[in-house]
Amino acid sequence: MTNGELAADSRPVAAESGPQASPASAASPVRSAAAGRPAPVARARLTRKDLLDLDDVSAEEIGLILQTTDSMKEILSRPIKRVPPLRGKTLVNLFYENSTRTRVSFELAAKNLSADVVNVTASASSVSKGESLVDTIRTLQALGGDAIVIRHSQSGAPYLVAKHLDGSVINAGDGWHAHPTQALLDLYTIRERLGRIAGLNITIVGDILHSRVARSNIWGMWRMGAHVTLCGPATLLPIVGEANPETGLPPVRIEHRIDQALEGADVVMALRIQRERMQAGLLPSLREYVNLYQLTTERVGKAAPGCLVMHPGPMNEGVEIAPDVAYGPQSVIEDQVSNGVAVRMALLYLLLGGRGSEI
Amino acid sequence: MATKVIMTESEIRRALARIAHEVLEKNQGVDDLVLVGLQTRGVPLAARLQAILQDLEKKEVPIGALDVTFYRDDLAIRTVQPVARHTDIPVDVTDKNIVLVDDVLYTGRTIRSALSAVMDFGRPRRIQLAVLVDRGHRELPIQADYVGKDLPTASDEEVVVCLEEIDGRDEVLITRD
Repeated sequence: MTNGELAADSRPVAAESGPQASPASAASPVRSAAAGRPAPVARARLTRKDLLDLDDVSAEEIGLILQTTDSMKEILSRPIKRVPPLRGKTLVNLFYENSTRTRVSFELAAKNLSADVVNVTASASSVSKGESLVDTIRTLQALGGDAIVIRHSQSGAPYLVAKHLDGSVINAGDGWHAHPTQALLDLYTIRERLGRIAGLNITIVGDILHSRVARSNIWGMWRMGAHVTLCGPATLLPIVGEANPETGLPPVRIEHRIDQALEGADVVMALRIQRERMQAGLLPSLREYVNLYQLTTERVGKAAPGCLVMHPGPMNEGVEIAPDVAYGPQSVIEDQVSNGVAVRMALLYLLLGGRGSEI
Repeated sequence: MATKVIMTESEIRRALARIAHEVLEKNQGVDDLVLVGLQTRGVPLAARLQAILQDLEKKEVPIGALDVTFYRDDLAIRTVQPVARHTDIPVDVTDKNIVLVDDVLYTGRTIRSALSAVMDFGRPRRIQLAVLVDRGHRELPIQADYVGKDLPTASDEEVVVCLEEIDGRDEVLITRD
């Protein structure tokens, strides 16, 4: 089995540097004929059409998204929080599941970049009349949507959409599979607070098996060179590494005992425990989970000094995280929410600009 | 490829000194003045002007950096988006005399973008433009208030500005393929 840390020789080294890295140093001294314009940084490009997960996104691409997020944060600090790069583009928010923070932050992000936004909720659309997903996508494309942000309870649904849509598809959460923009904002929050991601010890505690946030985060953190530890009851942990290629997770460390998992951690992230898991027999009782795995002040005290406490929300206070930890000085949970808008602005700018995709 | 040196290190230094004096004369001092360097090479040029003005007037002129990427007019026709750089306007620009600083004035499209960007920060009293080289070929009705060197060019030529802070040396070159 893959308990314990496997050697990850294939792990790419993150080419990411701290905030406001000087891209100019990488640029050639010879400038383009369009003098007076900044020369593009040659090595950093995002040419993909869609963002469906972080498993196929390189450290360089993630670094570019995080660097662009710095610029977006600056825009959000201005008196007029609106810039024009996506004028004339239409973003469709297609949500088959409930969401507050993700949908609203995509909407604000698109509007801050001067795009138009259409919100489609499945319950109030032809979906409730039995229209198939592919037909819905064709309709939205025919109506002039340039890109679709989709949340769906079926893992893999965004991949189907991406096949049928000429424009960009952004996965805003599919089943238990992936939630790449949440992972990006988590990575950004860590980099903003600690200045780097590479080399950090990051521990994720809770129901990782059913968490799309955890899966995307594991990929992103691993790609950026962090040491990731997963902690929770065996019934709620995935099998990682080469032993099980089907789960498609990189070889990270598994530790069932929370005190050991938190030792030396620079970042700890708690995940929501859902009551359905007990009905499915995966957890004996909520009380037992609280006793063994709740993030308490005492447990977090065993982590590295200044360890960041994160939670992707929505939180069950008093279950996976104690209220005094959730609102304590080490918590960056509110930063995670507010960084969501800037990260999604960066992503929309990088994916949606231009003449459309080259496929 | 033919390359010719257009400005040497000392010529760049003298041109900036003259521009600094012209800025003082036109604005009657440095009160309410804000220098805004356009990314990338306008930023060190603005810093140099600030240092010269400090020497002359014994007052520190506020300085900012502006990236116009999100205001470019060619975003919709590019396939890959340009990388955005740092913007930092540390003061309220409303009622200030803004001097935009860039290395080369060419089509004028960057300056058009910069004007839109600055206006999003407030309502300046005046916006002026200082460039190290004006190479002509304007595509918009824009002109510079302060010019280091007027340089008539052909459109197949390329003007290359090298600055110590970024490129390790001070030099302006003109090249032709």
